[in-house]
Amino acid sequence: MAISFNIPEKLQQGLQMTEAVAKAVMREESRKLDENEHQRPATFISMMWPVLREQQKRQLDRPSGERKREGPGSFNLNMVLTFEILSWGDVGQMLCLPTALLAGAAIEAVGTPEQKERFLRRFAEGDAPAWGAMAMTEPGAGSDTSAIQTTATLDPATNEWVLNGEKIFCTNGKLALDESDGIVVVWATIDRSAGRAGMKPFVVEADTPGVTVEKVEIKHGIRASDTASIVFRDARIPYENLLGSAEVRRPEVTTMGFKGAMATFDASRPLIAASAIGVGRAALEFVKEKLAGEGIKIPYDQPYHNLSAVQRDVIEMEMQLKAAWLLTLRAASLIDHGLQNNLEASMAKTKAGKAVTAITQKAVELLGPLGYSREWLVEKWMRDAKINDIYEGTGQINTLIVARRILGYGSRELR
Amino acid sequence: MISLTPTDEQQMLVETVRRFSAEVVRPAAHDADERGAFPERVVQTGWELGILPGSIPEQLGGFAEEYSAITGALAYEELAYGDLALALQVMTPALVAVPLLLAGTDEQRASGIEQFLDGAPPAVTAALLEPAISFDPLQPKTLATLDDEGCYLLNGSKAYVPLADGATSILVYAWNAEAGQVDGFFVAGDAEGLTIGPREKLMGLRALPMNRLALDNVRVSPAQRLGGEAGIDFPAILAHSRVALAALAVGVMRASLDYAIDYAKEREQFGAPIATKQAIAFMLAECAIEIDAARLMAWEAAWKLDQGEDASKEAYLAKEYAAKAALTVTDAAVQTLGGHGYIREHPVERWLRDARGFAAFEGLAIV
Repeated sequence: MAISFNIPEKLQQGLQMTEAVAKAVMREESRKLDENEHQRPATFISMMWPVLREQQKRQLDRPSGERKREGPGSFNLNMVLTFEILSWGDVGQMLCLPTALLAGAAIEAVGTPEQKERFLRRFAEGDAPAWGAMAMTEPGAGSDTSAIQTTATLDPATNEWVLNGEKIFCTNGKLALDESDGIVVVWATIDRSAGRAGMKPFVVEADTPGVTVEKVEIKHGIRASDTASIVFRDARIPYENLLGSAEVRRPEVTTMGFKGAMATFDASRPLIAASAIGVGRAALEFVKEKLAGEGIKIPYDQPYHNLSAVQRDVIEMEMQLKAAWLLTLRAASLIDHGLQNNLEASMAKTKAGKAVTAITQKAVELLGPLGYSREWLVEKWMRDAKINDIYEGTGQINTLIVARRILGYGSRELR
Repeated sequence: MISLTPTDEQQMLVETVRRFSAEVVRPAAHDADERGAFPERVVQTGWELGILPGSIPEQLGGFAEEYSAITGALAYEELAYGDLALALQVMTPALVAVPLLLAGTDEQRASGIEQFLDGAPPAVTAALLEPAISFDPLQPKTLATLDDEGCYLLNGSKAYVPLADGATSILVYAWNAEAGQVDGFFVAGDAEGLTIGPREKLMGLRALPMNRLALDNVRVSPAQRLGGEAGIDFPAILAHSRVALAALAVGVMRASLDYAIDYAKEREQFGAPIATKQAIAFMLAECAIEIDAARLMAWEAAWKLDQGEDASKEAYLAKEYAAKAALTVTDAAVQTLGGHGYIREHPVERWLRDARGFAAFEGLAIV
C-alpha cells in the first residue's frame, strides 16, 4: 500500500453522464421545483429510473459472496462522487432518486435471500419507479433514537406483527408509500423494557392497511424532497417482514439491533457529507464566476496581507470545502478497503455539515443584494445546505461520537 | 484508488522518528526552550535518524528511489510531534539539499549533495524571510543585480535564518532584477559584505538559533546561482516548503491534542474527569477533526507533487489551513488545562507559542 489520492479513470468516465444530468436537467428545474414545493422532479426521475433499475438489478442478481472475493472495491468511493455531483445539481432532486437507498442498505445488510427478493425486486424491474425509505425519528425521539415509542406486537394467532405509533421526518415516505409500490423500513420496539435491545427494523410495504402518510412537511430547503409523517394504527405485517432476529436479551447475537441501525450510518454519513460538499461547490463556483466577471481574481500564492477581505473569504471557503471533501473521501474509501470507519464517518459528516453551512451563507453575503435574490440559486443553496448539518445525525451528535472515540469513552461516561 | 496507508518503509521511518521524539526530544524540550538550545547530542541523534540522506536518490549516493514529498511529510509530522524547534534544526540542511535536488544543475548536484551524506550535519542554511510586515516570498526586497563582470551583487536583509551563525554556506533567495524572477544564490559564510546580525528573539522556537543577515554588495559568481543559467522555478520550491510546513504544523497539533486528552481524562472537577463534560469533550473532538483534515490536505498536496504535477494551489491551501488549525488546536490545549496550561511547566503554552509562528513562516523554505 501507498498513500494515494488517485480517483480511477474508469470511475471518472462513469461520472460524465451524472455530470451531464446535473447540469442539463437538475439545474434547469432547480428554481421551479423550489418555488413549487412537493412538485416531483419528473424529468430527473424518468431519466434516472432506467439507469438505477439496471444497477439495482445487477446488485440483486449477483451471485452471493461475489463482493467479498473482489478485494478492495470502489463502490463507496463511486457513491460519494455521485452524490457530490448530483447535489451540485440539486440536493432536493437528488433525494428523489428512485432507489431503495437506506431501506435497501438495511435489507442488504441483514435480509435473508427471500427477503431481498421480496422487497428489492421492485427496484430492479418494471416501468414505474419505486422508492425505499427509512422511518426512525419520532416526535419524542430525535437524536436519542433509543427512545422510540412505536411498538411492534406479535399476534400469535395470525403470526403477524402489529405496528402502532407515529414516525416523522421520513425522507421519501410519501413517494414510497403513496406514489409507488415502495417500502419503508420502520424501527419499532418489541419490548420497551429492553431499551435499545428491543429495537427492531420491520419492512412495511405500500398499501398496507393501517399505514397512513398524514402530512408532508413544508421546509426551509430541499423542497423537491418529501419529508413525511407516517402513522401506524394496528398495521399488520407478516412475521417475515422483521429484519434480523426477534431475539431481545442477547443483542450481540442479533444481526440487526440498535447497533446495526448505527452501523448503517457509517455508510450513509459519508454520502450526506458528499451531498453537502456538492452544494458547497456549487455555491463556491458560482461566487468565483461572478467575482471573475467583476474582475476579481482569487490568487493562490499570496500572503494574507496582500489579499482583500473578499479574496480571503473565498480562500477560506475553498480550504474548508477541501478539508471536508478529503475527510469524506477517506470515510468512504475505508469501507471499500473493508475497514471500520465509524469515527471517520462522523468526522466527515460534522465537518461537511458545518463547513458547507458557513460556505453557502458566506456566498449569499459575498454577492451582496443579488446574492439574496431568488433570481439566482445561491440563496436556495444556503437553505438546502443547512439540512446536511441536521439529518443523519446533527453536527452535535456526530461531534459526540467523535469525542467518545478519541477519549475512549462509551455513552455512559460521556453523555 | 484512494489509500491512506503508508508503505512499509515509510511506516518504519515513522516509527523510528516517533520513538526518537518520545524518548529523546520530549524529555529535553522544556529545558531547551528555557535555555535557548538543544543539547548537541539530541541534534546529532536526530541527524543520525538519516531522514535527509534517506530522501536523496540512490544515483546521488542517498538511499531513496526518488525524492518523495509524502515521505517527507510523514517524517516531519513525527519530528514536530517531539518539538518544532528541534525539527527545524535537524532539517535545516534540507533547506539547501532539497532545492538542490529539485532545481540544481547536474554539476551543482554532483558537487553539492555529498556533504549531506556525512555522519554530521553540514553547516549550511538558507535565507528567505525578510524583516518586513508585508513580506511576500514571491517579491523579496533583497535584490540581485549583475555587475560589469557578469557577477551578481546581493543587497538587502534577511530574517529568521536558522543556524546562520557559523554556517559555511547560505542559500540566499533574492529578486533577480535581470531575469525578473526569484532566484537562489549560494553565499559563503565568510563572504565579503555579509554580516551575521544578532540572534533573533522570538515568541516561540526559542531553542532554535536564528539570525538576521545583512547583505551589502555581496558578490557571487553566476555558477553560484541555483539552477545555473535558467535559475529556478521558485513557486515549485515554495510548494514543497509549504507542504513541509503543513506537516510540521500537524505534528505540533497532534502533540497538543494528545496531551490535552490525557490531562482531561485525569483532571477531576465536580467529581468527575473534565473530559466527561461536553464543553471539554467537544472542543477536543473538533481539534481531532481539524488535525485529520490538515493532515489529509498536506498529504494530498504532497502526493500531487510526487506525481510531478503542479500542486501550488493545494500546497498553499494546505499550509494556510494548517497554520490556522495549529493555532486553534494549541489554543484549545492550553484552554483545556486552564490555569495549568498557562504555566511553563506544561508544554502546551510552548506549543501555542511555537504554533503561532506558522502564520509568520510564509515561505520559510523548510523543505
